[in-house]
Amino acid sequence: MSNWIINQGLSAFILVVWMGINIFLFVYYYLFYDLGPQFEYTRELLGSALPWARAPAAVLNFNCMLILLPVCRNLLSLLRGSFICCGRSMRKQLDKNLTFHKLVAYMIALMTAVHTVAHLLNADWYTNSFQGRYGPLASKLSMLGDSRELNTTYLNPIRSNSTTPTIFVFTTIAGLTGVVITLALILIITSSMEVIRRSYFEVFWYTHHLFIIFFAGLVFHGAGRIVRSQQVTNPPHNNSFCKDQPENWGKIPECPVPQFAGGFPQTWMWVIGPMIIYLCERLLRFIRYMQPVSYRKIVIRPSKVLELQLVKPGFKMEVGQYVFLNCPAISQLEWHPFTMTSAPEEDFFSVHIRSVGDWTEKLIKMKFFYLCLRMAVDGPFGTASEDVFDYEVSMLVGAGIGVTPFASILKSIWYKFKDSDPKLRTKRIYFYWLCRETYAFEWFADLLQVLEKDMEERGMRDFLTYKLYLTGWDQSHVNHAMVHFDKDTDIITGLKQKTHYVSKLFTMLRIPTPLAKDLEKKCVRYSDVDPRKTTFYFNKENF
Amino acid sequence: MGKIEWAMWANEQALAAGLIYATGGIVGVAGQFRGWQFACFGIAAGVFVCLLEYPRSKRGKGTSVERTGQYCFTVCVKAFGPLTRNYYVRAFLHAALCVPGGFMLATVLGCVCLGIGSLIYLSAAIHGEHWEPILPRREPPKRVGDSIKEPPQNPPPRPPPEHRRKKADKLEAAAYDNPMSVTVNE
Repeated sequence: MSNWIINQGLSAFILVVWMGINIFLFVYYYLFYDLGPQFEYTRELLGSALPWARAPAAVLNFNCMLILLPVCRNLLSLLRGSFICCGRSMRKQLDKNLTFHKLVAYMIALMTAVHTVAHLLNADWYTNSFQGRYGPLASKLSMLGDSRELNTTYLNPIRSNSTTPTIFVFTTIAGLTGVVITLALILIITSSMEVIRRSYFEVFWYTHHLFIIFFAGLVFHGAGRIVRSQQVTNPPHNNSFCKDQPENWGKIPECPVPQFAGGFPQTWMWVIGPMIIYLCERLLRFIRYMQPVSYRKIVIRPSKVLELQLVKPGFKMEVGQYVFLNCPAISQLEWHPFTMTSAPEEDFFSVHIRSVGDWTEKLIKMKFFYLCLRMAVDGPFGTASEDVFDYEVSMLVGAGIGVTPFASILKSIWYKFKDSDPKLRTKRIYFYWLCRETYAFEWFADLLQVLEKDMEERGMRDFLTYKLYLTGWDQSHVNHAMVHFDKDTDIITGLKQKTHYVSKLFTMLRIPTPLAKDLEKKCVRYSDVDPRKTTFYFNKENF
Repeated sequence: MGKIEWAMWANEQALAAGLIYATGGIVGVAGQFRGWQFACFGIAAGVFVCLLEYPRSKRGKGTSVERTGQYCFTVCVKAFGPLTRNYYVRAFLHAALCVPGGFMLATVLGCVCLGIGSLIYLSAAIHGEHWEPILPRREPPKRVGDSIKEPPQNPPPRPPPEHRRKKADKLEAAAYDNPMSVTVNE
């Protein structure tokens, strides 16, 4: 339990605070509209559908404010930098930005549904009120016109017998913007489903930009001011006395005609800040995009892996960080993330790119035109890997292509070790690599070979222990291994430490989440709270 | 990631639209709104669309991810053959189903969403996609390593020819005669 608190406590706390604010807003505004005397006459027409519409509106304001913030990666990077003093857990929260973004999105979707249903009822009940189906008081209230000569202000936004709810919705600002932004939201959500996002990122990314329409519509959604509250008149209109005699309004001194005014639109006040911040974020990305990046070396590795060594003035990185690359010649709008495989000690930064989709395939095919290609780089952005130097023993686990940050880490550790960097506390590294196929091994195996040789020369064979697990093997691999088992080096990688063959460990290595969850649980289980004993600190990163 | 299979997005959109259509219909019926008959239709159409869209199609390229418990739906949908296989049919079906929703406010959103789903399906059909059921895979026949398949180069060792001939006087008694001696001492 105490291990869970150390590893997960801060995330849970933030979630509790967020949920608490949501619940508070919902209940507060529900009661505000359900009990507030200024809405008594509105409730006469709409019943409890009014507070059921306004309470989710408040929650929506809050969450629409929040949703843009977790995706401002440059801002988050800045925050991470300034929290260097504040410890690991604080910085880890900022790595869970995407998870939080999705959570807020689900809340927005849920509240939109409640808000829409409530307003569907409202539209119909306003119409019925106007047509006199709800009794004399409701009719009288609905008949109040908007006239300066008669000194009346309206309550019911439906002003004519021929207005149907559908016409009402499509001819008011609130109704029209409401339909448009709800539609935008639905399209954003359906294209963000995991199966679409992981398979066709472009569809997800382009459709997601409908959020611009969403926010534009949201800001103007309340401009029509159709939620109206009762104003204080002079002499005052005594509701409890006057509501039973609507026919006498304006005729007796106790019951002057009640006056109403629309509520001031507030949504823009919630969202304007984050909108400006996000605009700055996109500007910053654009500025970084314009900065010149030059190619130092381009290497074609085995199995269609492309290594790009790039130089950008003023670029500083930490181990295991990632950058976003944009190649305008392939696509103006697409930025793709790649973990850097070089160490900070080197005077360039490198990425290894494998052909996994349209963008990467085109990049690799264009290899002969690199001198003409302009590449833009955004980043670097943080991961959980920077703490690896603080521990005496590190256990690194990578699955498939997720092994790339370890190239950076291993190289950096080795540089630091050779330079006797006092900040390096690492004495032993255990590295586990799980991979489906052999042909993804080569470039990384080369690195391990170099490290292996170097370590042997210094008599430090035990510094790095690695175990490689191959899951996509078949009988021919086994036969090959059986024949060569007594060789000194591994037949697949040429390394001194042998590859292990395991039967299918996991059903899908592409998605390491089950693996990560499992590891996380084990870390918590086997950790000791006593700082003198063994504690497992779990750090994970995924895109 | 590869060439976009529009049907996958159309499927998500249509499923969501079905839910929204049905929900709008329920609100319309529960509130006894004018035009509640359209709301009733909305519920029926929404539920039908959900049932039709729940089983995911097998992807042309890549791994298909099933929805939980979709197998029985797959079997039902598969039973309709070309009607459910062809995306032109689906596009027009969704377009037809969504029209009555436009006549009532509660179902308008469902109508528009289903209409958009229909358009994406049309795009999928134009790109030549079609619905394939995801059925449980049979175990692939076990493949032995190639090197083991090589036929033997030499015949098995045999005794010299004079030992191979059966002794004539023992013919009736011998049920089986080993070409080579099988006892240790001889």
